[in-house]
Parts: sequence; structure tokens; C-alpha cells
Amino acid sequence: MVGLHESDIKNPLLRWVDTRLPVISLLQKEYAVFPTPKNFNYFWAFGGLAMVNLMIMLATGIFLAMSYTPHVGMAFDSVERIMRDVNYGWLLRYAHANGASMFFIVVYVHVFRGLYYGSYKAPRELLWMLGVVILLLMMATAFMGYVLPWGQMSFWGATVITNLFSAIPVVGEPIVHLLWGGFSVANPTLNRFFSLHYLLPFVIVGVVFLHVVALHITGSNNPLGIEPKGPQDTLPFHPYYTVKDSVAICVYFIVFAMLVFFFPNALGHPDNYIPANPLVTPTHIVPEWYFLPFYAILRAVPSKLGGVALMFGAILVLFVLPWLDTSPVRSAKFRPLYRIFFWFLVIACVALGFAGANPPEGIWVPIGRIGTAYYFFHFLVLLPLLGRFERPLPLPESISRPVLGGGALPDGAAARPMETV
Amino acid sequence: MRTLRPALIAALLGAAMLATPARAAEAEAALPSLNWSFSGLFGTIDRAAAQRGFQIYDSVCSNCHSLKQAYYRDLAGIGLNEEQIKAIAASKTVPDIDEAGQPTERPALASDHFRAPFANDRAARAANNGGLPPDLSVITKAREGGANYIYGILTGYDDPPAGFHLMEGMHYNKYFPGNQIAMIPPLQDGTVTYTDGTINSLNQEARDVVTFLTFIANPELEQRHRMGVRVVLFLLFLTGLSYAVKRKLWADVEH
Repeated sequence: MVGLHESDIKNPLLRWVDTRLPVISLLQKEYAVFPTPKNFNYFWAFGGLAMVNLMIMLATGIFLAMSYTPHVGMAFDSVERIMRDVNYGWLLRYAHANGASMFFIVVYVHVFRGLYYGSYKAPRELLWMLGVVILLLMMATAFMGYVLPWGQMSFWGATVITNLFSAIPVVGEPIVHLLWGGFSVANPTLNRFFSLHYLLPFVIVGVVFLHVVALHITGSNNPLGIEPKGPQDTLPFHPYYTVKDSVAICVYFIVFAMLVFFFPNALGHPDNYIPANPLVTPTHIVPEWYFLPFYAILRAVPSKLGGVALMFGAILVLFVLPWLDTSPVRSAKFRPLYRIFFWFLVIACVALGFAGANPPEGIWVPIGRIGTAYYFFHFLVLLPLLGRFERPLPLPESISRPVLGGGALPDGAAARPMETV
Repeated sequence: MRTLRPALIAALLGAAMLATPARAAEAEAALPSLNWSFSGLFGTIDRAAAQRGFQIYDSVCSNCHSLKQAYYRDLAGIGLNEEQIKAIAASKTVPDIDEAGQPTERPALASDHFRAPFANDRAARAANNGGLPPDLSVITKAREGGANYIYGILTGYDDPPAGFHLMEGMHYNKYFPGNQIAMIPPLQDGTVTYTDGTINSLNQEARDVVTFLTFIANPELEQRHRMGVRVVLFLLFLTGLSYAVKRKLWADVEH
């Protein structure tokens, strides 16, 4: 339909804009009056936190790039120059480096919240899959960012991870040479990683936009996992959730500030303060903490191709999760068995993290293998079967009338017979 | 259970994070753990210790180890004044190019980087029996254990235990990975004579030079801690405020 938008904005200037480009109406509709389930807990703040974190990464990163030199002979010194000579350069760099860790903490909580409350189920499959794309892009971006300071872990991490692609039959070798821009990790590698590290965040912004659009079509899931039945079940996003999210953002910033100001190197590896040296291999090459579970999966089988396949499979399995989970009930609150296995998955992921942090010997080998086995068993076997054999608890009639949980019911409503699934 | 869940998740995440800097358990002794002036949320650089530490770096360490990221002007951060810094810089020479385009040496300025003992890595190796003395600019950040580790190395020289095979030109050190270090024991009791009358024991010397090196690795440390305390206090206030607003706003909502 062509024609001016009918705006109900009072201010004449804003109205003039809004009739031609209805962005104000759009914001009003999507962020102010947007009907949002009224029963969110604080886990629903993590999507917004991730958005805030992305903005912090972009802002600090753009300023860091103004003082950084992507050259093997100068990168390390240019980072130290940022730390010493650039005004508040230390703040920018520590915020960016710890911001990456915060981003993964926030996003992992966001993902596990989705797993617990079944946020990936119909009609939110595409919303979930876009989220998995964002996770993949974040991983690629974080990996390439870690290479830029050109310390020992930068160099050797880059060597190990890029070499993984050589396991792919036939095209593996050419892909690795393409990534390197030569026949080893060297200056062309650093240059292209810098370029891609600057590019990918904007791709993430694009996919985040699609993620949010998809969210605003289906609406948010909620801790009960049932759709709002009417206006009594929802609240306008503003001011209720803008204010509630503000509380979460403040707490998030406290954690972030503690890391940046008092423990800025606690999550990094000391070897990355040693300039890269292709002739000296560190004793243990370990990736950043947020990659450790995947690193453990990579090393779980004594086959390079097998390990690489499992590692990428660990992410790919998330794409098809909406169809692997056959239970019609979303929230784990009403799934007595899934609720237990969910925690098994959490424990498996944490155990994999420990296995990834330690050298692959002794007790860490079986722990890595059992963790890997459970991870895939959970998604590929357990979830399809649980939907068939699990007896879910009765679902509440609506968000505002939870028959379970003992909330105060309006007079006359209590006598209603509960519906079962 | 309802309230336990977030706590459980936080604990799991915390455990995962703690596990990250996994230190390989090897044959080395457990590091000493000192009470440093710069540790903790309110930590500051002990200026007197850092100045004594500079004296040690200047007279001992700098014969082999560079400090190439640091400038002479950085010494203002350990309490030296402009005149003192100029005098220290002027007593060193740094390489330069003269009017005729020929390599030359000139007295250093406060704005110059610390003079490196060797022209390049190869010269450093040639003078040190093949070993390369590492640059010390960020040394306390570049080793697992940080300040305690550097202190341990400086004080950890000992006679090798019976049956330990020590290679030619190497020295036994309790804390060094593999226990064989190329560096000769750099400090003993009385290696330097302090101008402020502090007793020049090995432990005191090691403590002082580690304080200096920690400052060089983190010249922003005091500013960072001061700013951090203010930021966190402000955020705590803001959290309380926003939580109060949230409570008031949600008071009428049944949820």
C-alpha cells in the first residue's frame, strides 16, 4: 500500500517525520505498548543484556581499532601502547576483553533459559535458529578477536583452530590456506582476521535484528510456557519491563565492573602477555574459557575428523532441536523428567568445560568422553523419547490463573475444575 | 527450589570460570603467597618499595633484561619528581641517527623508552650463553602466579636434591617449570645498598623489585582501583534505586 502513514503523534515535527517514515509509531508499537507476558522472571532479562553487551563491544572495539596495528611485528606493542599511552586505553581494552567473557556468560544463560522453558518450540523455531546463528557468529568473532593481540595464545590458538579445517576431506587443505593467506599463520592471517573481526559484529547486528523481528511476531515465551490468553495475561513492555530490565542491567554492570577494574586478567591466559613466537610452543594450548566445553568435545575421540565433526555437530544439533524435542509442553516446570535431565545437561557442559581446561590425560579423558556422550545422547535420544514417555503435569488454565503454585485466585475462580493435557 | 535455581546456576558458572586458568600440576614447589600492597580492591603501589625496586632493576636486572614498553617518564608513578627523572634518563644513552644519517648515541630524555641492554635478540642470546632474557615490561602479567611467581623465582634458588641431573650452565630453582633455569641467581643478601637504610636482605630485595615490576606492568593500577571503587559504589546505589522503582511500579500487578 502506497501513501502516507496515518500518525497519531501530536508534535508537528515528529508527526511530519512519522507520516513519511513511521519509525516513531513502530517504536511505540514494538517497545512501548508491546504486550508482554506478565510472569517473566529475571532470566528473561538476559536477551536485553546481550543487546547491551553487543553495543558495548561495538563501541569499545571501534575506539580500540583506532589505535591498533594489525601487523605481526607491531600488534603486540600497539596493544601495550593502548594500555599505556592512549587516554583511558586500559579501560577500553579491559572492557572489550572482559566484555567478550560477559557476552558469553549472558548468552549462555540466555540459551539455557530457552532450553529450560522450551522457548525453541513452535511457533518459535526460526527465532531459536536465528539465535544459534548469532551464537556461531559470536564464536567466530571472539576467536578472531583473541588472535589480534598477537600473544603466544593468540598465535597458537589460531594455529590449532585453523588447522582443524584441514581434517575436512579434499577441500580441507585449500580452506586452511585460504584462512591463513599463505602456508602458515602469519601476517596475512592477522590482517584478514582483523578485517573479519571488524566485519562480523555488524553481521551479528543484522541477525540480531531478524531475531528481534521474529520475537515480535511470535511474542515472548514465559516461565509457564503457555500462550497469553488475553490482555489480563500481559503488560505493556514499557514501563514494566523497561524498569525491570534496568534492575538486571545494573546488576550486570556491577559484575562487569568488578572484572574490569579489579580482576581484568582473571579470565585471560598469562601466556598472551608473551609476544607470539612461532618457534616456541606453549606447554598447554587452551582456548578462552567460553570455548572449553567445545574444545573438550573436539578432543573426546582419537580421530581428528571425528573430533571436528563432533565439535561442529554440537552446535548443529541445536538447529534441529525444535524437531528433536517431541513434547508438546514447553516449560520444564510441567515436565517432571525433563526438569531432571536438564540439570544433567548443565552438569555435562560444566564437566566438559573442566575437561577442556585440563590436559587430555588421566581422569579428564573419561570425563570428556562421558560429557560428550551425554551431550549428544540428551539431544538425539533422550529428547525424542521423553516426549513420548513423560507424563507432564497439568498445565494452568492461563498466566493470570495459575492452578498450580498457590497464587491468590479471584473469588469464584478457585472452584473451577483444572484442565489436563 | 525456586530461589535456589539462580544461585545454583551462578555457582556452576563461577566454578567453570575458576577452573579456567588451569595450572598444570608439575614437580615445582607451591608458590609463596605474599601480602602485596597492590592486591585487593583498594591496593596501591608502595612507592618506597617501588623506588627501591627501581634501584635494583637499574643496577642488576637491566644488565640483561629490557623494559621496552616503559618510558622514563613513567617513574613519576612511583613518586620520582621531574628533576630526578630527567637526571636518571640523562645518565643513560639511547641509539639515534645523527645529522649525517649515521647511527649514534645520545643521552636519553624522560620521553624515551627504557634503554635496552642489547641491540636485538641475537645479541642478547650471544651474550647469555644462548638464553634469551625475557623483556620484563609485563612480566608479572605474563606468568601464572603473577607477582608471587616472580618473587618465588628470585628467592627460589637452592642446591639441587640428590640425584637431580642439572645441565651444564643451568641453575636449580624450586619454582621454575622443570626446575632448571639459565639465569644466574640475580640477588643475594646485600646485593644492593639501599639509600633509605632498609635492610637489604634477599627477601626484601625480591619484594621491592617485584613491586616495581608490577607497577611497570600496570601503570594504571591505582587509577583503575580508585575508579573501580567509585563505579561500583555508584552502581550499587543505582541498583537499589532501580529496584525500588521496580517494586513500586509492580506493586499493583498480580503476578
